[in-house]
Amino acid sequence: MLPQDLRYTKEHEWVRIEGDLATVGITDFAAEQLGDVVFVELPEVGRTVAQSAAVGVIESVKAVSDLFAPVSGDVVATNTELATKPELLNSDPYGQGWMLRIRLADRTALDGLLDAAAYEALTRES
Amino acid sequence: MPYGPHTPEDRARMLEVIGVDAVDDLFADIPQSLRTSGLGLPPPESEAELSAHLLKLAAANRVDLVSFLGAGAYSHFVPAVVDQLLLRSEFYTAYTPYQPEISQGTLQTIYEYQSLLAELTGLDVVSASHYDGATATAEGALMACRATRRERVLVSRGVHPHYRQTLCTYFGGASLVADEIPLLADGTAAGTTAAGTTDLAALERMLADVDRPIAGVVVANPSFFGLLEPMAEIGRLAHAAGALFVAVVEPVSLAVLATPGDYEADIAAGEGQPLGMPLAYGGPYLGILACREALVRQIPGRLVGMTADVDGRRAFVMTLRAREQDIRREKASSNICTNQALCALAAAMYLAAIGPHGLRDVAALGAARATELELALAAAGAPRLHPGPYLNEFAVRVPGAPEVHRRLLEHGVLAGLPLARVIPDDPSFADALLVCATETTTSEDIAAFATALAALVAEPQVGVR
Amino acid sequence: MTAPGDRLGPTLFERSRPGRGGGKVPHPPKGALARIPASQLRADGPRLPEVSEPELTRHYVNLSRLNYSVDSGFYPLGSCTMKYNPKIDEWAARLNGFAALHPLAPDDLAQGTLQLLWELEQALAEIGGMQAVTLQPAAGAQGELTGILMTRAYHRSRGEVERTEVLVPDSAHGTNPATASMAGFKTVSIPSAADGGVDVEAFRAALGPRTAAVMITNPSTLGLFEARLGELLAAVHKVGALAYMDGANLNAIMGRFKPGEAGFDVMHFNVHKTFSTPHGGGGPGAGPVGVGEKLLPFLPSPRVLREPDGRFKLEAEGERATSIGRVRAFVGNTGVLVRAYAYIRAHGGSGLCEVSDDAVLAANYLKARLRDVLDVPFDRPCMHEFVASSATLKAQTGIRTLDVAKRLIDYGFHPPTIYFPLTVEEALLIEPTETESIETLDSFVTAIERIVEEAHSDPELLHSAPHNSPVRRLDETMAARQPNLRWQAMTGGQTPCPE
Repeated sequence: MLPQDLRYTKEHEWVRIEGDLATVGITDFAAEQLGDVVFVELPEVGRTVAQSAAVGVIESVKAVSDLFAPVSGDVVATNTELATKPELLNSDPYGQGWMLRIRLADRTALDGLLDAAAYEALTRES
Repeated sequence: MPYGPHTPEDRARMLEVIGVDAVDDLFADIPQSLRTSGLGLPPPESEAELSAHLLKLAAANRVDLVSFLGAGAYSHFVPAVVDQLLLRSEFYTAYTPYQPEISQGTLQTIYEYQSLLAELTGLDVVSASHYDGATATAEGALMACRATRRERVLVSRGVHPHYRQTLCTYFGGASLVADEIPLLADGTAAGTTAAGTTDLAALERMLADVDRPIAGVVVANPSFFGLLEPMAEIGRLAHAAGALFVAVVEPVSLAVLATPGDYEADIAAGEGQPLGMPLAYGGPYLGILACREALVRQIPGRLVGMTADVDGRRAFVMTLRAREQDIRREKASSNICTNQALCALAAAMYLAAIGPHGLRDVAALGAARATELELALAAAGAPRLHPGPYLNEFAVRVPGAPEVHRRLLEHGVLAGLPLARVIPDDPSFADALLVCATETTTSEDIAAFATALAALVAEPQVGVR
Repeated sequence: MTAPGDRLGPTLFERSRPGRGGGKVPHPPKGALARIPASQLRADGPRLPEVSEPELTRHYVNLSRLNYSVDSGFYPLGSCTMKYNPKIDEWAARLNGFAALHPLAPDDLAQGTLQLLWELEQALAEIGGMQAVTLQPAAGAQGELTGILMTRAYHRSRGEVERTEVLVPDSAHGTNPATASMAGFKTVSIPSAADGGVDVEAFRAALGPRTAAVMITNPSTLGLFEARLGELLAAVHKVGALAYMDGANLNAIMGRFKPGEAGFDVMHFNVHKTFSTPHGGGGPGAGPVGVGEKLLPFLPSPRVLREPDGRFKLEAEGERATSIGRVRAFVGNTGVLVRAYAYIRAHGGSGLCEVSDDAVLAANYLKARLRDVLDVPFDRPCMHEFVASSATLKAQTGIRTLDVAKRLIDYGFHPPTIYFPLTVEEALLIEPTETESIETLDSFVTAIERIVEEAHSDPELLHSAPHNSPVRRLDETMAARQPNLRWQAMTGGQTPCPE
């Protein structure tokens, strides 16, 4: 069941907006496509990232995917638990499997994100 | 066709099932304008003719000379069991172990190879193999750039010139920079045992340039000139500047010399040929590449890990595959695909056959023979070029070295390598021969070399150039 | 650490006992290392295993029996050309005159090997329709790197530094884009056309002043000859770019198509595919590179040269300033090249043409026989290999290509290449090669037919396959999440050296 309160990207990431903070993860659909996630590489806290820039890597046994910044801003936190428990991306992608938190530089970028209905339509096509 | 099984009837039946009249019809997709007909090559040879021809070619090589030539490829005794086992065609006619259920033989031997080399190098992770020492060194330097996100490495001139050139070729492609660290010349270090080793003061200066941060420092031990380098000190300098330390090593020497793990190198690269591979005019050899655990996702090439099958039984499989080209494509850590797996198997078999004591004996015996060689050559008029400690290879000074080398061939002696041949741009090596001894070198060999050399050195015309 | 099952024996390390082995080399005199400062020495000896020669022999013989190999059965691994490896080639490489020759031996001592290398270069140049060949690259991927680095040097020599892109079809081997990156280029991936071939219009749209090279595998990774190749090469050359041919699939076209004559500027050969040097469980191979006129000056050094008097020599250090330099130490995987040379002489020109004819015949036969069993997405005459797909089977039964492949193991076959090329769903890339008899091909078809029946009648049998192999499906997730890449509990070598 796709959480309705989140925003989404075409790269199968979700974004939770709370004030000027954006928490980012990958969707259940993405996790399923990748298979068992075995390794996650995240940006260092403090780095300024631009929207759509590759900021991390998600590896499964037989696939690899870049993590793109869905919004521009400064990385204020990353989920350090993923270093030892990458499987959280598979088991709880919208909760404990969150990946990083960005302090928004500019709220206008949010307009480009998809809502749950639009994302659901996207995954039905693919 | 010598190895084809088809009879005319087989071919006819296949064409019938396919539904075409002739094999030519199957090539209809090749546009007429691009077609060729046949090959301008000699007719087939029977196996008898072919073997006679190959014997003739092999005999046209001269491998009967008493040889003191090393310089990156070494003649060692290889126990007979190694080649006998390598002839198991279940090993050599298998492909890369992509189907692990029916490749456990290859997979376990690679895992064992990784373990053996981890023990020899004192590091954690060893790749399943690279092409040779030169490309492993280049890949090690590229790793340092990826891991530090810096674009410049420093390479000692004590690293094998072929390795330095290969590294430059690889770095040129990637638009990265490799600068050379000079060696302590005779002039500045005369009388000290440091002559000919990496210039630490120069290294320190290069590392201090904050505008050009250094990703890695690449130094060989023993150096190309056979000298032992101050590896621990070089490692400290590299790490203080935030650079990684890449040690270029020779695996037999690691039975007795301090290991990359001991002197805290981050990456080790080297040529595995001395571990049971024939000289074979340059290959196939074995690129050794090892690193600390923290760098495991930067190491290129295949890795084999131990895991379990669905019944919980031990099994081996290629792992951390997402680093590789078939998955990560343009973002892969390297384009390497085919490696030198059978050579890694040879190395593992050699190490298992020779054993820990045997490997130390090989290294120490080489050192003992080299001591004998040093004394004999010095007495014959060819003293060492550098005074510092060495293991089993060293340079000697002989006036007119290339000519002396050539003349000695007539006496049945392959007197090592005239350094001018591989380092033509450095006049300090114009009169130098690089010579080595291994456990295969005998006292008679040494006497033959020294006697012939003494006679030549005594001739007035030699040495006048 | 997992325990070995009944089929896998213990590791070398578990077999080790103090005091076993030895007797291979004499002991050194005491004090052999006394002249070396203690700070340069290793504190303890390496903890290598101590095993006796009989145990060692059984260890490796029993391990070898866990492998599937060309010498034990049919290995239709698409794009890998797993043909029979002639035994005389192994014999030849082991001749002492070849095996004991030092790579830095003076040319006068190396005339036999130099002649062999020179003649092999000539033969490959003829097969590829190229001006010259370098034998240095150690593998196909290194050949690609060598070729693309030469391309880079060529454009730079003309001042065209703005050429920063290499175009690669999306069906290409991963080595192509990885090579472009290593050589400092940006890869532009071009989608394939609906018929599986290169999309010439898409290439035309992407070609321009930034294009350095186009890398084409021909025949393609779908086993199809690129029918519009002439148009494509003309378009490439029109914008001043160079055309690279990945020669992985050369086994299909010897004598019928010469890449150099067709207009390719550079190509590599995989001698461990086309010329049957053994794959060795992953290597070694060799990846000679052929070049046309434009790239001649940039060939890696040293080249093998023939003097007017018929003697052979290696180019001297620094002799050719335009060279891209060395791509490795010494001169090449010579031992592998000896085998390729023997293979080419045994076949001669006519035999190599027959190799291609029979390879293509076998692939088309197998395709015709399997057409009604599996999907065959591109149903036109194929070259030496073809793509099948289990897409329909999956839709009907839930059985995936992976399951079919694993079940083939139970029937005594090595599975084809699966899930490649990436552009075909549930792909099986099947390459029978010319050295397999019609009986073998027929028995493979029978196995596939039975597996498809089983997919309908007993799918669980396939999901859990293989059943008869030394181990069953592996936990690859555990292997990657908790990597165990070396034996941790090393023992051995700690007893005093026996005197």
